[in-house]
Amino acid sequence: MEKLYNDFSFGLFFWQAIILVILILLLVKFAWKPIMESITAREEGIKDALLAADNAKKEMQDLQANNERILQEARLERDSLLKEAREMKEKMIADAKEEAQVQGQKMIEQAKASIESEKNAAMAELKSQVSSISLEIAEKLLKEELSNKESQMKLVEKMLGDVKLN
Amino acid sequence: MVISNKSVSLIVSVWMSLLASAAIANPTTDSTQVSTHETHAVANDSTHANAAHEVKTLTPEEEKKEKVTAFIEHHLQDSHDFTFFSDEKEGKHYGFSLPVILWDNGLQVFSSSKFHHGETVAEVNGNFYKLYHGKIYKTDAAGTITYDEHHHPTNQKPLDFSITKNVLSMLVVSAMLLFMFISLANSYKKGPIPSGFGRILEPLILFIRDEVAIPNIGEKKYRKFMGFLLTVFFFIWLLNLLGMTPLGINVTGNIAVTICLATFTYIITQFSANKEYWGHIFWMPGVPVLMKIALIPVELLGTLTKPFALLVRLYANITAGHVVIMTLISLIFVGKNLVSDMPISLGLTLFISVIELLVAFLQAFIFTMLSSLFIGMAVQDHHHEEGHH
Repeated sequence: MEKLYNDFSFGLFFWQAIILVILILLLVKFAWKPIMESITAREEGIKDALLAADNAKKEMQDLQANNERILQEARLERDSLLKEAREMKEKMIADAKEEAQVQGQKMIEQAKASIESEKNAAMAELKSQVSSISLEIAEKLLKEELSNKESQMKLVEKMLGDVKLN
Repeated sequence: MVISNKSVSLIVSVWMSLLASAAIANPTTDSTQVSTHETHAVANDSTHANAAHEVKTLTPEEEKKEKVTAFIEHHLQDSHDFTFFSDEKEGKHYGFSLPVILWDNGLQVFSSSKFHHGETVAEVNGNFYKLYHGKIYKTDAAGTITYDEHHHPTNQKPLDFSITKNVLSMLVVSAMLLFMFISLANSYKKGPIPSGFGRILEPLILFIRDEVAIPNIGEKKYRKFMGFLLTVFFFIWLLNLLGMTPLGINVTGNIAVTICLATFTYIITQFSANKEYWGHIFWMPGVPVLMKIALIPVELLGTLTKPFALLVRLYANITAGHVVIMTLISLIFVGKNLVSDMPISLGLTLFISVIELLVAFLQAFIFTMLSSLFIGMAVQDHHHEEGHH
């Protein structure tokens, strides 16, 4: 302790106090203040920039999500449209098939009917022709038969015979 | 570059053998080891030793040790001139003298060259002064110095305001700090990021702010104290580092310097203290009235012990570092075998020097840290108080 007391020099203490006060004042004015302000300003700037970047990112994400949603909607719509079209197609095909069937059936019926009527007409004509032909034949035959007396008599007798039989 | 294994092992083995030979062949190294421990004790009453010097003749061995001790002692103290090295045989000192400013019935200003390194009496305006163990005493033309029974000079000591080696060192360091940090401040005008050396300084400033000031003082109040904390941190650190150079400067290992630094912390702490701080000192809440009165002197003493711890810590650490390094270097001069002592001395000195580099930073950091802690204790709001009400 005595050594410490002996070592203590008031002059040194005095000068150091003065130097330190002046040094602190000068450094505060010309160095620490501008340095701290610049650093603070820079840090604020960085903080703001980071915040802005974060916001931009969020916005971007929102936008992306929106896009995704719209795309999804479009996809759904497309799917439903396709489905509808497919259904319509199938329905149309089915309808057409059915109509064709009905039409065919109808045509077949008509054909059948016309065939029947043609057949009937043909039959009727055939009948009339056959009767006319047979009348002609009969006429011819009668003309031939009745050209002479004898034969006429024979015929009448035959016929009378027939009638009797009846 | 390729270093073969062989040559490396050769170097190692030579080194080891040198170590071994030093340990065996040189028993005197032991006594030098002791001298490191005794340095303080011897330094304490070096005046006795010097007195003894004249009475009985010493062996050259002892004389050498005396000289080393005196040299270390001299190095640790402030001086009135700046000596880089001196030639003892020719009595020449290489360096420059500094102005001496004394207050002795008026201002006495003269160059320290008048003392001739304490060898002659300086005569200024009819007054005679003599340099004795780094201190200036008023004396007569013959330079007589009278001693008391403890062998302390009883001569009148004029108030000494000289620009000593330490004052000059502080001025140089202040100029360096001003240059470094003003140029850093100016570099911010060019852009948000400093360039050059400022890139090293800025992280240090941020370190003091983020690791020292804000945690200890608080986000709201730290800004006011940053100027003091930053100045003190860089001032101490740079002075500590300057002490590591071979210029022979030992500023922060001087008790007057650390007392001044601690006084600043003390004054700032007391003047920025809030009501709660004083309340805790003069009327400790939550204890009986008798205890409150008893605690007043204890608490008042407590405010003084804090800066006292600061000043002693810095002083002791730096002084110890200087003593150890100088002692290790002087092993070369005390030991008998130069070849074996040199590597040991240099190796150990290098090792301690690296530690001292760390200590230089650490002590500056601790001083700043504790200062901000004490300031923080004085200014912070005691939130736990509100819990009681």
